Amino acid sequence: MDKIIEIKHLKKSFGDNEILKDIDFSVNKGEVVCIIGASGSGKSTLLRCINLLEKPSGGEIIYKGESILDNKHNVYKYRTKLGMVFQQFNLFNNHNVLSNCVVGQTKVLKRSKAEAEEVAMKYLNVVGMSGYIQAKPRQISGGQKQRVAIARALSMEPDVLLFDEPTSALDPEMVGEVLAVMKTLAESGSTMLVVTHEMQFAREVADRVVFMDGGVIEEEGTPDEIFNNPKKERTKEFLKRVTRQV
Amino acid sequence: MFWEQTWKIITTYWPMFLRGAGMTLFISIIGTVVGSLIGLIIGVIRTIPKPDRGFSKTFLKFINWLLTIYVEFFRGTPMIVQASVIYYGFPLAFGIDMNRTFAALFIVSINTGAYIAEIVRGGIISVDKGQFEAAHAIGMNHVKTMLYVVLPQVVRNILPAVGNEFVVNIKDTSVLNVIGVTELFFQSKSVTGVNFRYFETYLVTSIIYLIMTITVTRILRRFERKLDGPDSFNVIPGNQMQVQRPEDAVKRKHRH
Repeated sequence: MDKIIEIKHLKKSFGDNEILKDIDFSVNKGEVVCIIGASGSGKSTLLRCINLLEKPSGGEIIYKGESILDNKHNVYKYRTKLGMVFQQFNLFNNHNVLSNCVVGQTKVLKRSKAEAEEVAMKYLNVVGMSGYIQAKPRQISGGQKQRVAIARALSMEPDVLLFDEPTSALDPEMVGEVLAVMKTLAESGSTMLVVTHEMQFAREVADRVVFMDGGVIEEEGTPDEIFNNPKKERTKEFLKRVTRQV
Repeated sequence: MFWEQTWKIITTYWPMFLRGAGMTLFISIIGTVVGSLIGLIIGVIRTIPKPDRGFSKTFLKFINWLLTIYVEFFRGTPMIVQASVIYYGFPLAFGIDMNRTFAALFIVSINTGAYIAEIVRGGIISVDKGQFEAAHAIGMNHVKTMLYVVLPQVVRNILPAVGNEFVVNIKDTSVLNVIGVTELFFQSKSVTGVNFRYFETYLVTSIIYLIMTITVTRILRRFERKLDGPDSFNVIPGNQMQVQRPEDAVKRKHRH
């Protein structure tokens, strides 16, 4: 299969605190990978290392056969190939909905304003937010913000979409609308890497599930393998905790 | 008697007051605008993330060191002393002779720049870290992140502080009478030199200063509200009608 991102022996420490210990991992084209695990297991750090928001302390990240930790590699250009969706949405507060999706295209990809707006409208339609193009981020709900953030990432037409706990900051009633959009994207063949606490989503949508614990990948496999027949003790424990009925 | 005197001063010397007030406004407007630009540029330079490689790291450190000296020097010494050093001192020490008005603009600008640099730095630090990350994540470098995402928010947030600086400038240009700039205080002094009516003359002067500062404050407040934009927005139902099925849109993208 076509490997888009390949990670070899990735390490990340904050001071003496080792968050990621020797991660080997890859994402193939068209694949939806969900990363699950307890808080503090290093899931988000792994995602943030992949688009270099955190600088890895060691190891290699290979994007389409090129090592991007090489000093000569253009970080900014690489980042345009990865669309990032944050837990806290992080919409640009000084731009309205449309312009949030346009500014990256015109200023980074150097598209014309007309073309950028057309592309932005296309993806705002995908996430069902095209009616709100004049709204400022402070004027819309959390779920709507996150859908705009997804449209903003899509507007850059990246090779991979990275989601960092996209529903964790949302009210329960708004989780559904965001997951629905993500599901649509997954079904249409987008390559996605999703850090999530939504087990049901991982079970239904993922092609592959990665369970992280204590800075290492403890187990990975199909949703069926992970959720129905986990092999490692840590995985079983974690799943028992998160699926506990109240 | 008192009102008669005051009225007489106004009617006799109004051209002098007017020219003085004009000069004061001119210097403080230019000084605040140029100072703000200096402050913004310094703020951006001082928040460049530390590179971890050799030369650029040393170079940036050196620049930051120079900027710190600049800020500390101009914030830490009185403007009246700076004016004397530059206008009277420079011609003697370095043979740099300058026009009075230019010297005034120069002093007020770099002085304001030093204050606003700190205000801008505070403004940049107070912008949510997520805004920087989101900008970096779509491929913006430091300058683009600043220009299109961070600074517009900083400018809005520091506007009250800059307005304050503007008001301070209107009042503090009065110290420039020490180098003979014909601003409002200098003109008032000239008037009292002729009529010896200190109370009435300086009362008129105070009122003119007050009118200028209050007007400026009001204008800036209005400008702030304008920047904030309307509180409401229109949902555009037309577009909702043409919604294509999400699946189709994404599929079309993947076809080519």
